[in-house]
Amino acid sequence: MTATRVWEVFRRERAGAPMQHAGSIAAPDERFAEIYAREQYGRRGESEALWLVPRGAVAEIDDFVDEFDLKYRRVDGYSIKERLREARERAGTVEG
Amino acid sequence: MDGRTAEFLEHVRSGGLVETGDWMPDEYRARLTKFVEMHANSELMGVLPERDWILRAPTLQRKLALTAKIQDEVGHAQLLYRVVEDLGKPRDACLDDLIAGKSKFHNVFHYPTCTWGDVGVIAWLVDAAAIISQKALLKCSYAPYARIMRKICWEESFHILHGRDVVLTLVTGTNEQRELVQEALDRWWEPLMMFHGNPIPADDDPMVHWRIKSQANEEARQQFLEGYVPQVRELGLTVPDSKLRRGDDGTWTYTEPDWDRLMAVVSGHGPASAERLAFRRLSREEVDWVARTVLAEAA
Repeated sequence: MTATRVWEVFRRERAGAPMQHAGSIAAPDERFAEIYAREQYGRRGESEALWLVPRGAVAEIDDFVDEFDLKYRRVDGYSIKERLREARERAGTVEG
Repeated sequence: MDGRTAEFLEHVRSGGLVETGDWMPDEYRARLTKFVEMHANSELMGVLPERDWILRAPTLQRKLALTAKIQDEVGHAQLLYRVVEDLGKPRDACLDDLIAGKSKFHNVFHYPTCTWGDVGVIAWLVDAAAIISQKALLKCSYAPYARIMRKICWEESFHILHGRDVVLTLVTGTNEQRELVQEALDRWWEPLMMFHGNPIPADDDPMVHWRIKSQANEEARQQFLEGYVPQVRELGLTVPDSKLRRGDDGTWTYTEPDWDRLMAVVSGHGPASAERLAFRRLSREEVDWVARTVLAEAA
């Protein structure tokens, strides 16, 4: 028995409109993902096209650094913790 | 409260939104999960009273409309369980807890549907009460829930019209048909008045505190009374509450529902609670092989 996977669903409301994120569905494979997406996001004629994207394939960018906010001269302008962890992992010096 | 939680609270209280991957305090996640799960359960259980009438609907058109409404509601349950899953609770666990009586569903779905009049009153007034709460949820601080509510509200729009149309057909029919509506209204008024919950002040309501809900219970009930009592009365129907009146300031007074009884009903002691849960248990057993086959085939 396998677990279900998550697909993000994008829909185009009418011809010429941009694809917009609509929600997500969980399905055991692509065939079921398509059936569920049609059912959940297309059965009332609300979409003229759908895109199904496996969640893991979505690359998200949510940090937009403003170099001119002068953060480099304040202590909160430096986030050491995360990168230190990554550096230790790469160097193989993680404790415990 | 630690600094991070205080910062989060300040963020949501000033209108800030939260996405699935964002950090959130454990209490927020727990309350939100429970709330959306109950909403999902209610959509799923809410189709059972209506299901009883698919085969008995008076015309083909009514049968099709009722079936479409039921299909919508089950779809809402699926969408909402998806939101719950992303918050960390798997759908299977939700369904297990539901049939074990460990989680709740809305009070109105613990009552039987005695006649076709009940079907009309449910589709019109229960859905009207529900849409007042659902519209307020469009402002929920948890953005994935608010986005799904937009889709749900859009789909709900025909349900109320369908209910109102059923009621209008009955009240313009024979005396017996009109009686069906009045009797159904008599049965459903108390559950309707309980629907939005006890009048806990917004300041004391933890759901409002975290801006999961943006509306106090009493505010929702007042909005329901203001919107629908006149619509009920103009059809010549009588609201079964002698204390019901509208004050000069527009505030409605009414007979205080028995809140202990509401607690009893939603914790599984309503007139149809046991029967509904038994049915859900049975259907889960009956379709278990489908889930297993599908998952095995995909593996």
